[in-house]
Amino acid sequence: MAWTRKDLLTIRDLDAGEITLLLDTAASLQEIATREIKKVPALRGKTVVNLFYEPSTRTRTSFEIAGKWLSADVVNFSASGSSAAKGESMLDTAKNIAAMSPDVVVVRHSAAGAAELLARTLPCAIVNAGDGAHEHPTQALLDLLTIREKLGRCEGLHVAIVGDITHSRVARSNIHGMRKLGMTVTVAGPPTLIPPGIQELGVKVSYRLEDAIRDVDVIMMLRLQHERMATGLIPSLREYSRYWGLTLDRLRAHARPDVLIMHPGPVNRGIELSPEVADGPYSVILDQVAKGVAVRMAVLFLLAGAKSESA
Amino acid sequence: MSHLLVRNGRVIDPANTVDDVQDLLLEDGVIRQVGPRLRAPEGTDVVDATGKVVCPGFIDAHVHLREPGYEYKETVATGTRAAAAGGFTAVCCMANTQPVNDNGSITEYILDRARTEGRVHVYPIGAVTRGLAGEELSELAELAEAGCVAFSDDGRCIMNAALYRRAMEYTLPFGTVLISHAEDHTLCTGAAMNEGVVSTELGLPGAPAAAEEVMVARDLILAELTGARLHIAHLSTAGSVRLVREAKARGIRVTAEVTPHHLVLTDEAARSFDTNTKMNPPLRTKRDTEALVEALADGTIDCIATDHAPHALSEKEGEYDQAAFGVVGLETAVAVLLDRLVRPGLLPLGTLIARFSSDPARLLNLPGGSLAPGARADLTILDLERELTVDPRQFQSKSRNTPFAGWSLRGGPWMTIVNGRRVTP
Repeated sequence: MAWTRKDLLTIRDLDAGEITLLLDTAASLQEIATREIKKVPALRGKTVVNLFYEPSTRTRTSFEIAGKWLSADVVNFSASGSSAAKGESMLDTAKNIAAMSPDVVVVRHSAAGAAELLARTLPCAIVNAGDGAHEHPTQALLDLLTIREKLGRCEGLHVAIVGDITHSRVARSNIHGMRKLGMTVTVAGPPTLIPPGIQELGVKVSYRLEDAIRDVDVIMMLRLQHERMATGLIPSLREYSRYWGLTLDRLRAHARPDVLIMHPGPVNRGIELSPEVADGPYSVILDQVAKGVAVRMAVLFLLAGAKSESA
Repeated sequence: MSHLLVRNGRVIDPANTVDDVQDLLLEDGVIRQVGPRLRAPEGTDVVDATGKVVCPGFIDAHVHLREPGYEYKETVATGTRAAAAGGFTAVCCMANTQPVNDNGSITEYILDRARTEGRVHVYPIGAVTRGLAGEELSELAELAEAGCVAFSDDGRCIMNAALYRRAMEYTLPFGTVLISHAEDHTLCTGAAMNEGVVSTELGLPGAPAAAEEVMVARDLILAELTGARLHIAHLSTAGSVRLVREAKARGIRVTAEVTPHHLVLTDEAARSFDTNTKMNPPLRTKRDTEALVEALADGTIDCIATDHAPHALSEKEGEYDQAAFGVVGLETAVAVLLDRLVRPGLLPLGTLIARFSSDPARLLNLPGGSLAPGARADLTILDLERELTVDPRQFQSKSRNTPFAGWSLRGGPWMTIVNGRRVTP
């Protein structure tokens, strides 16, 4: 199995072999984090540009660390304090950056399809670091790697993804990835936060938290955006938290004792996750973050490094 | 006296149930004679239409010519050149110009541009409400007198049902049609495409079919209440088709149109994030396109209209959710439907021609739509064997925003004759 794609835009496009290659590569690279000198020369002389139009802590930082550990030159661009603030379009900004010959552009943007738009236009490799509510492929990869390492496999496992599915790119990328690796997926939330036709992606739908988390191997809680009340999707944070918040009592009453709790972050403590659960023994939230660096090293290495070996 | 003899074409004239090889003699802008082997006066120009199909001039009941105000997108001159190139001899232009066509002087301005620079007939459609704001009626009687053939706030829906009812009542004496852009804004706030499994996968906000259907239902009920002549623009869902079919069966005075893109494309096209698949109403599902084609064939849908909506590249090249709604259609409509509906046998050729000519003429009370002697000499001549690949760079329109770029098509317009004169090629 060899990597042949110019870009990483979606999980939907990938097949199970490609996903496994990414996970295997990440698994082999994560040992770098334990070294005293955290640097290998794999991407020496390569340039990675982080083009972030939305705020991000984990994703941007972990792409930056991943690039630096692989010896790439990493440049961060954020929309504030740049020409985007002066009204330059994303496409123009990206073309200008591309004119400086980067090898990889990592893009985060609020518009679904933003990464596709750049991939179509620019000659360098594009990594989608989240495009609107469409996809967030590296998040799904780090989630899958976390599950695989904690539970020893992916195939045959059952995952419940709980919360605002409609607005979640994390949910979409995970649904595709988990289905391709032979996992069972249940999405759960109030009906107003479950997008139409989601069953056609091969998932089960539940409208009751207690049912959704019963007998699953993994519970993935999603962040609830506070602005969802304004559009009538939920009546109040209070009610949401009462019926959809994962508390220790609920967990003990309805979930298996060895269930994994995941969350892509940032957590609304006390809303979708109670602090005892977020920080408790079930939680692998910080493992996810650590895997994030390994996965992003793998992505950068396969997109920018693999082809240069013959040079 | 100017004469033109169109010789030996297959004449299809649905209004007069003609489908036969005949000649047409055009004289001073009027069809003088129709029949086999006509003799023409000495020196008459002759068009040899052997092997071609001669039809009444095609009428597009729904275009945006963008003048005045948005001349960077299109003008009366370029839009009517596009119309002629696409086989149309007349277009009806919507009121969402800048300023809006909500008073007689704007109507007169548009008609004046059409007289001096237009290649085909131009029929303005007046705004129902001032500034398309949906708040108070435009001076509808003055608009009708100035030459508006219908009224519409196209692009926006008049959400105030009481106001729309009054518009229906007030215009009753004019014999004009009210054209509804049926879309309940509250059901599709922020929508960039059809709501369904594709919007779910792409993470784009969707407009449910219900946003159109609840407004179609409302407008049908108001038309029944008032007795108004209602025409529904760009029907796009199977549910709307069902509502119109049922209303017609009950005798409500309603007609409807459908665009070529809603007939042949589905929301699957949006997977490319190509902004030329973004329009309003959005591309729907296969179930909807099948219902629309069936309704066009059985007459539930009366005519084909392009909703030609030119936009500059800068309004279309960016992010999908930011891009302008709409696609151009004048230069692709006939070829796309000949290739994708007529060739595979989904729609008889005669029906396609009627839906492009006699039917829009009838429902808007426009001249044309017939090849009977005495009718205006507007002709669309088709070449069913012509092979073409859609190349937006060759459009006469100022804009290039087509979802059909690169499509290989067989059959298309061959010659357009307006007032007895060849306007293209």
